[in-house]
Amino acid sequence: MTAIDPTGAAGPSSGVTGHSLFAPDQRTNARNASEKRFRAYGVVAITLALLALLWLLISIFSAGLPAFRQTFIEIPVTLDAAVLDKAGHGDPKEMASVTTIGYGKQIAKALAEEVKAKGVDAGTLTDKEIGEMVSEDSAANLRNMVLANPKLLGTTVQFQALANGRIDGYFKGRVTMETAARDKNTSPEKLMLADKLRAAGVVVMKFNPGFLTMTDASDKRPEAAGLGVAIIGSLYMMFVVLCLALPIGVAASVYLEEFAPKNRWTDLIEVNIANLAAVPSIVYGILGLGIFINIGGLPRSAPIVGGLVLTLMTLPRIIIPTRAALKAVPPSIRDAALGVGASKLQTVTHHVLPLAMPGVLTGTIIGLAQALGETAPLLLIGMVAFVKDFPGAPPSGLFDPSSALPVQIYNWTQRGDPGFVERASGAIIVLLAFLIVMNTAAIILRRKYERRW
Amino acid sequence: MSLMKISASAFAILAASALTASARDQLQISGSSTVLPFATIVAEAFGEQGTFKTPVVEGGGSGAGRAALCKGVGEDTIDIANSSSRIKQSDIDTCKTNGVTDIMEVKIGYDGIVFASDINGPDFALKVADVYNAIGGQVVKDGKLVANTNATWADATAGLPAQKILALIPGSKHGTREVFTQKVIDAGCKSSGAYDLILAAATGKDDAEKAANATKACDTLRTDGVVTEIDGDYTETLSRLAADKNAVGVFGLSFYENNTDKLKVATVEGILPSTATIADGTYPVSRPLYMYVKKQHIGVIPGLQEYLDFFVSDDMVGPEGKLIEYGLVADPNLAQTQADVKADKVMDPLK
Repeated sequence: MTAIDPTGAAGPSSGVTGHSLFAPDQRTNARNASEKRFRAYGVVAITLALLALLWLLISIFSAGLPAFRQTFIEIPVTLDAAVLDKAGHGDPKEMASVTTIGYGKQIAKALAEEVKAKGVDAGTLTDKEIGEMVSEDSAANLRNMVLANPKLLGTTVQFQALANGRIDGYFKGRVTMETAARDKNTSPEKLMLADKLRAAGVVVMKFNPGFLTMTDASDKRPEAAGLGVAIIGSLYMMFVVLCLALPIGVAASVYLEEFAPKNRWTDLIEVNIANLAAVPSIVYGILGLGIFINIGGLPRSAPIVGGLVLTLMTLPRIIIPTRAALKAVPPSIRDAALGVGASKLQTVTHHVLPLAMPGVLTGTIIGLAQALGETAPLLLIGMVAFVKDFPGAPPSGLFDPSSALPVQIYNWTQRGDPGFVERASGAIIVLLAFLIVMNTAAIILRRKYERRW
Repeated sequence: MSLMKISASAFAILAASALTASARDQLQISGSSTVLPFATIVAEAFGEQGTFKTPVVEGGGSGAGRAALCKGVGEDTIDIANSSSRIKQSDIDTCKTNGVTDIMEVKIGYDGIVFASDINGPDFALKVADVYNAIGGQVVKDGKLVANTNATWADATAGLPAQKILALIPGSKHGTREVFTQKVIDAGCKSSGAYDLILAAATGKDDAEKAANATKACDTLRTDGVVTEIDGDYTETLSRLAADKNAVGVFGLSFYENNTDKLKVATVEGILPSTATIADGTYPVSRPLYMYVKKQHIGVIPGLQEYLDFFVSDDMVGPEGKLIEYGLVADPNLAQTQADVKADKVMDPLK
């Protein structure tokens, strides 16, 4: 009889004799090490992704947040009736003959007087140069104010004007004395005067709600550019997409999932819907230009066309999750409904669809969020344009020219004036905010109403 | 399913409103991205006066704008095409085929094409021949025509900074490219002596064809990576330039003047570009900017005539006008343009 192997209990597979289970052997070590390495790769990957996200957010927010604050000049402006209403009848129609240039002169005069009244030393600046510190946009604001209320004529109103983009840039650190010396649009003297006026309380920096409500502005007045038209345009387009894509998408999914026979044709349709979801969005833009504008005769730059194009793009993205939601409703529900005598349609509308609704709505909201951020198809249908007037109220307003949030960002990045860089980043923040709200809504809906069987 | 009902009724309203779409009451303008900032400034000021709506202005390039103008007559076509180069006979022919028979040509002023580099880089004093020697395909070396291998500007012409050659020039869809080719490359090809050698070697049936082929050879730029064509706007050129400080970019004068904090401009043939040197013609690289107007829309689209009058008024493009402040160079013959616009004069056939 041979000596009893002390580790014999571990069986022949243990390989090494005299080895404790608590001291890992070489192969185990190698396996553990490879798992550790794999985890480390994962951590590195996540860290890289987070760093990229962080970098993106920091660059956007540091460039964009200043857009929400703006430099204003607050001065009393005397509305000289002799200049602004030459006929003296107080009739807005007659007063409209005085252009914004006339009003601009009044504001320049008022600021020059205010500088003197506050005892601020303007150096060598002439009254005209002092007037250039005010945004050209304020003349239009003052004119609209007076035409809306002719009784203001002859009185002195406390008027809040936007400061010129360069002055604003100076307080935000974009413009320095050194760059101003080379810049023909401003001068170090103006910046020095702005410093003094800020100390005197005439120039103030504060939150600028106008960034969300004002319209686009030309290269000469980046300080007055706002997102008003773009936000309205985007809302109109989302309205069109919702009205068209939701009913069509739901109807298509219900038919395909509940009623259609399973044969080669429905398979073909199914494959094509999945393919359509992957088609690059610019293709839908070309389609929209060809069909809706060139053949259909719809106007360029209109939210209706944008909405229609985005509807086409969103449809497959709504159909796919809707079908998945319908599929997730257990067959027992259908069987029970059919069993108590409901028709197929009743089964679907009374039981299956309501139960699938949270999934449908989540899919719709995420589809809408994608459509909201979509730029490429809108480039081709003329949405990238300078649109200054708000579109009218729907439904006819859907045919008026308008802009949209993502194309407004694109548009601003192409402007020559450096002031638009901050505007573009600010617009990105607004767009991100909209997207976060929509995605949060989708998550809440899913969490709250989703049922698991 | 109340949601379905709401959606369905909204869809019905939408469909119904499609039939009641009203006539267009604002101008639609499209074309050159060089003219775009000028056009938006005028459009904004025009809309501000409250009588008419603010025109909608799109960019997209001179060629694209003229093509859109020539698509036909009617509300669904644009009213004005902005252009940084003159209209071509082929455009006019297309227009004619599509029923656009009366085109007005309005010269709004001049724009300079400038070479600019990073503000902290060395100064450049260029001649058109230097530019050709830097980026032309075939250059003269020791009296012979050779393929261009110059690595630095100093290689191209002694005396220039020893900086790596990297030129950012406008892509072919831009009107600016055409002017750049004509006034810088062709002129540089001639003054550097390359043209004569190319012409001597050129093939063709007769002298005219030889000359045409020689010019074509001049226009062929280096393809070894030192020339980058920018299809986007000047902002793209600017960001490329920020990424590679060695680059020298081609810009419009007005763009440069609004970015003097980042850019340093080069003199060309010893002349510093400015509105003054462009207006008196001493700065060699400038071109007129145009609007092409569909006369058939005057009286149909409200505000078209008024917009044109407003655009060429002294307040806008006169010597003290808003656009001149922004960097446009005033046209000395503005009075003639104003009179032509007032009379709705249709353009003469191209010579």
